[in-house]
Amino acid sequence: MAQTAPVSDWASDFDVMDPQYLADPFSIWDSLRETCPIPHTNRRKSSWMPLRYDDVTAIAHDIEHFSSLKVAVIPADEDEDPNENFDGPNLEYGLPPISADPPLHTWTRRLLLPWFSHKRVDSYVPLTRDLCRHLLDGFSDAGHADAAGDYAQQIPVRVIAGILGVSPDLSDTFTGWVRDILEFADDAERRQRGAEGLLNYFLSQLEERRSRPGDDLLSELLTTEVDGKPVDDGIVLGMAALVLIAGVDTTWSAIGSSLWHLASHPEDRRRLVAEPGLMPTAIEELLRAYAPVTMAREVTQDFEYHGCPMKKGDKVLMNFPAANRDPDAFADPDIVQLDRAHNRHVAFGSGIHRCAGSNLARMELQVALEEWLTRIPEFSLAEGEQITWAGGQVRGPRVLPVVFP
Amino acid sequence: MKIRVDPDKCQGHARCYGLAPEIFDVDDYGQASVIVDEVPPELEEKARLAVANCPEYAIEIVSD
Repeated sequence: MAQTAPVSDWASDFDVMDPQYLADPFSIWDSLRETCPIPHTNRRKSSWMPLRYDDVTAIAHDIEHFSSLKVAVIPADEDEDPNENFDGPNLEYGLPPISADPPLHTWTRRLLLPWFSHKRVDSYVPLTRDLCRHLLDGFSDAGHADAAGDYAQQIPVRVIAGILGVSPDLSDTFTGWVRDILEFADDAERRQRGAEGLLNYFLSQLEERRSRPGDDLLSELLTTEVDGKPVDDGIVLGMAALVLIAGVDTTWSAIGSSLWHLASHPEDRRRLVAEPGLMPTAIEELLRAYAPVTMAREVTQDFEYHGCPMKKGDKVLMNFPAANRDPDAFADPDIVQLDRAHNRHVAFGSGIHRCAGSNLARMELQVALEEWLTRIPEFSLAEGEQITWAGGQVRGPRVLPVVFP
Repeated sequence: MKIRVDPDKCQGHARCYGLAPEIFDVDDYGQASVIVDEVPPELEEKARLAVANCPEYAIEIVSD
């Protein structure tokens, strides 16, 4: 992991991998919003980081000045070949539609969306509920658990494996690859290892589906035609990889952060147990307060945005989590109000790149919390045990020791 | 009350459907639509909530 010098000036030299930022980004955002709401850094690459709701959403909608071709918050070295040891189809389009602008974005997104429609997502509920119950069976009598590792981490990866049609037995391997790519991206070797493992795995899976298609997402991508032609192999591979990468770390982080909140705020936990009808509203509030995902954009041409001299090629970190804590957009934003009625949060982004899996993520979060609270209504953080948080592109607890009667 | 969803603004967040499935539907591609001609009085509060929670400001009240 690349070691970075401690940050002394967050306005001109911020670092989203700094330990202070990983532990408590909220107070950093709060003070910057007052003094410098679009801080800049030259660490890794010249990058801007809008923190106000209005700026984040305006930039998300301005696809002319802000491209999605490079969405990684931690950029690779300019001269690094991301696919050096990968002997497969050309991945010049990255992971569409997330790493694409229209028109490629438009048609690749339309191929994915029906798999995550609310009707389709409803059909994944029984499997998700069974999975949560099975996981709880494993530790609910023990009096303690790692709510992140033993529970949150285990849920989305298995649901997404089912949708893709790949083996849930490899869940830990999938999780390892995704974390290498997203959380340890400062370590070039580790990032490379994760990307190669994942791409080579999907390459072999696609070959298998080609001879024996099933009723899964991979098979559909292989057999579908767009404008009378099959989809390019590199695009199919990129889309398959995206669904796994985007569907694992993100939702696991949201479940983990929500359990952290409920473990450390007994009044909220008891209220949710007593008023289960509050759950859908509470889910939106937990998503607002603990939005896990920051995405990036690339500036397409030199221009000035609200006094910031942006240069072509600069990165913009789309800080949706900070937008969700903007006092100009939300009353008392740092207080979780489970019954917050007006909540236009952007945990799933804004504009044409709105998270394609948002219906799935919401369902998984709700089922995971319902099942946990049914089985373990009373629980708290384990005193004296270390909680670790991942941050940067995806924020959430990675080790979350809790105890219960 | 009459309301409408602006199809050019809607990005498929489905917050309206989550809040008021009696008033809205969302298709397989995330496009929301209003499924009632008139919002019945007992659902007006829910319709206003949907307006206030849409991240894209895509829902408008046409007549009160």
